[in-house]
Amino acid sequence: MAKRSLRHTVRSMDTIITVAATPIAMMLLFVYVFGGLGSSLGNGSVKYVDFIVPGIVAMCVVSGIAYAAVRVNMDLQKGIINRFKTMPVAPSSILGGHAVSSVASNLFSVLLVILVALIVGFRPSAGIVEWLLFGGLLTLFTAATTWLAIMFGLLAKTVEGAGSFSYLLLLLVFVSPAFTPTDGMNPVVRSFAEHQPMTPIVETMRSLLTNGTIGDSAWSAAAWCIGLLVVSYFLALRIYKRKTS
Amino acid sequence: MEKHQLAIEVENLQKSYKKVKVLQDVSFNVEKGTVFALLGANGAGKTTTINILTTLLEANSGTAVVSGFDVSKQADKVRDHISLTGQFAAVDDVLTARENLVLIGDLRHVKDPSRTAEELLKKFDLVDAADRRTSTFSGGMQRRLDIAMSLIGNPSIIFFDEPTTGLDPQGRNAMWETIKTLAKNGTTVFLTTQYLDEADQLADKIAILKNGKIVAEGTANELKKLLPQGQIDLRFHNQKQLDAAEKLLANYAMVRNDEVVSLTVTTDGSVTQLTRLLGQLEAAKIETTEFAQKAPTLDDVFLKIINEKETK
Repeated sequence: MAKRSLRHTVRSMDTIITVAATPIAMMLLFVYVFGGLGSSLGNGSVKYVDFIVPGIVAMCVVSGIAYAAVRVNMDLQKGIINRFKTMPVAPSSILGGHAVSSVASNLFSVLLVILVALIVGFRPSAGIVEWLLFGGLLTLFTAATTWLAIMFGLLAKTVEGAGSFSYLLLLLVFVSPAFTPTDGMNPVVRSFAEHQPMTPIVETMRSLLTNGTIGDSAWSAAAWCIGLLVVSYFLALRIYKRKTS
Repeated sequence: MEKHQLAIEVENLQKSYKKVKVLQDVSFNVEKGTVFALLGANGAGKTTTINILTTLLEANSGTAVVSGFDVSKQADKVRDHISLTGQFAAVDDVLTARENLVLIGDLRHVKDPSRTAEELLKKFDLVDAADRRTSTFSGGMQRRLDIAMSLIGNPSIIFFDEPTTGLDPQGRNAMWETIKTLAKNGTTVFLTTQYLDEADQLADKIAILKNGKIVAEGTANELKKLLPQGQIDLRFHNQKQLDAAEKLLANYAMVRNDEVVSLTVTTDGSVTQLTRLLGQLEAAKIETTEFAQKAPTLDDVFLKIINEKETK
């Protein structure tokens, strides 16, 4: 099963690039079109590109995991899940294959995004430890949202429907301090933005990359990710057990 | 002793989705090494039955024993002995044909997955396409690969859910040949179908499922015997003679067909009654131009059963 996901990852280079393309385009748009707005941030002490890279990374992940939902749903539609379910194979290994493949290809996409960011002037001040922590958080975040995606893939009635839930997550990225500080937001939106899970995740990533410190929201970020991962994992397995193609 | 001869034993199976009773009370047995066809219209409960037998669904009540193991209590053991070929080709289209086969071989813990794959590629005429991604395959090729995947690990019972739905006549014949070969080699085959000729061609035993109940069961010939055997077709020179014959034979059940000037008369199939009937026509000087005895087809049985239950 691991071999299957590996081949899926390697053969979906086009997906990896497609997934990275939109966030990269957004990043260029923000930097070169809205960059003037952003330069007023923190009295110009923070470069706008440095400010938005964590948000762009989050955006890349939440759009990328939609493919996991689509693949799981296609397996369901085509009867592949039925086939595996009637064989002596553990459910966790069938869904786990999809999860591994999704996490791996999303990490590749993020790598592309960061490379382009470096080209357009992103200058992280993170040391090795911070990079490792960033990688760890990124993997955890991707795994958690991937299992959420798998769950939606199992629930969706159509392949199109399976992918569409990621727009909700995308919205969470926008209503967070990913691209603009929350200070300027409407009070209601602001209070939502400050309490939703995407905020500590994006802020921790930013702290690690640009300040070279872990920041104060790391625990909150890790807790959200682990919580989401555990809940989605068990829900996905439960749905899988009673679901037939 | 007798139990060992049975590949599948189903007793009083019931299944409802919310308030809809899909299976009301289904019982049947399938002997080892035979082909069993579950025949029914769309929505009769065929797929639900197959899903329960292949451990995909849990029944609400009743028992199903497959290969000696209870499907709800020993699902893993059942899975070691069966394989399912669904209505659509369940192949991974990112992988090549060979990779698909090796994948299943690995999962089934076959000794040498690549050799098994090679053999099956040959057997199913897929050698030339072995290393192409299956997304480039035609429907027929995908279907062949699908079956090849089902054979890995030599399952003793293979379930086919509507194996020929959506196939062209050539593909259908190939599928029939495959199933016949499987049966010849001792595999038990359980298939669902909505086509009567398919059940007639392949199955040693047929059960007709209607509204979640088995309404008839037996060999194709036994089912045909459910119909009156002695249907005969009589054709006449003209309408006048047809009228006269209809009046004369009024005490028989019959269907008049003006277009071809004929009567289809139902007798009890005995020679005595047939002789008497022909004698009556002879005596009344009604000449028949054609006389034919109609053997009932499985279609007739099916339609009769379906209609009977409908009018009740």
